[in-house]
Amino acid sequence: MSRFGAYGGRFVPETLMSPIEELEHAYLEARQDTAFQAELDDLLHRFAGRPTPLTPARRLTARLGGATIYLKREDLLHTGAHKINNCIGQALLARRMGKHRVIAETGAGQHGVATATVCALLGLECVVYMGEEDMSRQSLNVARMKLLGADVVPVGSGSKTLKDAINEAMRDWVTNVETTYYLLGSVLGAHPYPLMVRDFHRVIGVEARAQILEAEGRLPDVLIACVGGGSNAIGLFHAFIPDSSVRMVGVEAGGRGDALGEHAARFRGGSPGVLQGTYTYVLQDADGQIATTHSVSAGLDYPAIGPEHAMLRDAKRADYVACSDRDALEACRTLARTEGIIPALESSHAVAEAIRRAPSAKGELFIVNVSGRGDKDMEILKRELSL
Amino acid sequence: MSAQPTKVSRISDRFAKLRASGQLGFVAYITAGDPNLDRTLEFALALDEAGADVLELGVPFSDPLADGVVIQRGVERALRAGTNLAGILALVKKLRQTSQLPVVVFSYLNPILKYGFARFADDAASAGADGVLLTDVSVEEATPFVEESRRVNLDTIFLAAPTSTDARLRAIAGHSRGFIYAVSRTGVTGARQALSSQLLPLIDRLRAATDLPIAAGFGISRPEHMAVLRGKIEAAVVGSALVQNIEEHNSPERLAAFVRGLKNGS
Repeated sequence: MSRFGAYGGRFVPETLMSPIEELEHAYLEARQDTAFQAELDDLLHRFAGRPTPLTPARRLTARLGGATIYLKREDLLHTGAHKINNCIGQALLARRMGKHRVIAETGAGQHGVATATVCALLGLECVVYMGEEDMSRQSLNVARMKLLGADVVPVGSGSKTLKDAINEAMRDWVTNVETTYYLLGSVLGAHPYPLMVRDFHRVIGVEARAQILEAEGRLPDVLIACVGGGSNAIGLFHAFIPDSSVRMVGVEAGGRGDALGEHAARFRGGSPGVLQGTYTYVLQDADGQIATTHSVSAGLDYPAIGPEHAMLRDAKRADYVACSDRDALEACRTLARTEGIIPALESSHAVAEAIRRAPSAKGELFIVNVSGRGDKDMEILKRELSL
Repeated sequence: MSAQPTKVSRISDRFAKLRASGQLGFVAYITAGDPNLDRTLEFALALDEAGADVLELGVPFSDPLADGVVIQRGVERALRAGTNLAGILALVKKLRQTSQLPVVVFSYLNPILKYGFARFADDAASAGADGVLLTDVSVEEATPFVEESRRVNLDTIFLAAPTSTDARLRAIAGHSRGFIYAVSRTGVTGARQALSSQLLPLIDRLRAATDLPIAAGFGISRPEHMAVLRGKIEAAVVGSALVQNIEEHNSPERLAAFVRGLKNGS
């Protein structure tokens, strides 16, 4: 049960094996505990702002002249992205396990901000590891984390991005494992993280499914979400997996070119390997060294993809495409001007794919996951779009 | 509890001699290719000369999440020099022309996975390597790797940690050949002032689980650490302190002198 088809598993140093077994045990117990679920639901509702709306994108739909597009509005959640769903769940689990110190990694800063927020809410100590490169391109989120009382630790090793922040968080965890809970931010890492993080985001698809049935009286034809580790995508997809008529599209970061190092499209240039605890598609060289990646969006800038996505792709249950930096930036502008919504650069990749395929999909119904809002990206948008 | 290997490996042979003599063995870790593979061969010969009992050759990996800063820097130097697994096995072959020092290939999983377990087992055995330890492979995920290693009589060495339950220690013993590597403390690799208080209880629990020799590492860097361990376990593993010595001096003579100092308690 620790695998998604051939993928997943638990590849960590022995020191972490017993703690991860404990975590799995605690999570499976919490999952069955109605009091835990009730507290989670209450915080998602009254603190985070669930349910999020499913907004019809009327002007975008009209402009593209094809598919009818709906937007799942995770950008409206407290802290500005879907990440808070998982943070509330895991922070409650940390408290339940008696761990008072929470550590996390962050790429774009959204997971770090959400973790810092929930730690403030629950009175937990919070340390966030963040690559120096990401700290400079997401400086507003660094300030937010600090304001919320978190200790933000710069990571200067390797590519100075998300991957290196995870390495450093794991070094902290293996050192302070008795007192510390590692609040991993995506459907990555050793089992049970990919399963647990998916469960906490599953609410996105559960809501969207009910909302689209209410609005249109039928299931959607296509779901579109961006995929870094893949948490918002699996969150949207999971409740629709049994609905075989619903096509699911994950959008990876195509960056600025096809060469290794220029993008983060694991299904385009990657192959199966093990990184940071899990067996999945990884961007790597011929010697099994992990490749550097590039994306304009820090949250997609990671060389491995969640193992459940690898399984869905092998089973042809989901399709994965890549979108360039340039197309994502353009899509961000388009959505802002047609719908009055500034999506995060991560989510802009999903919007770009909807824009690409909608004109030839007359009569179809799309749901696009707007996983976060673009406030954090304003510096980059200012520069890249000459605002 | 475990079947005997079909022949006595260089590692088992060395540990049998250590047990007979009552001496504390010395397992030396260095990162292969730091600062280049030619130099690593000189370091290996110097370590043999200085009385190391087992050589652990680290395969550099881009994401060494179990390592502290000293070994991280060694890995970066090795990767900059273009070190890969094929080159490391060629180095082992060269070493075998003049030395019978037991060699353990010490790696994260992904470089071995990419090379292929079966191909790795064949090439490592024919190069003259004696054992393999994969840092991020627990007994639960070890089956294909153990099977391929058994086929060519490569010893499989697993880590045991202070956090490992007794049930896990028994499983670790069942999967291990040659010796067990006891991780002296929760944490990453790196020299420390004092020996961890977590180590001696782990050794006691391991002794109850297995008759295999025990080598302890993580943080061992001083003669007084060695003195505490003498008589309690078969060998001490020293890694970061050697990599630091290489970083500072890049000298086989200085490395050998450092090892002699540790072994002789000066």
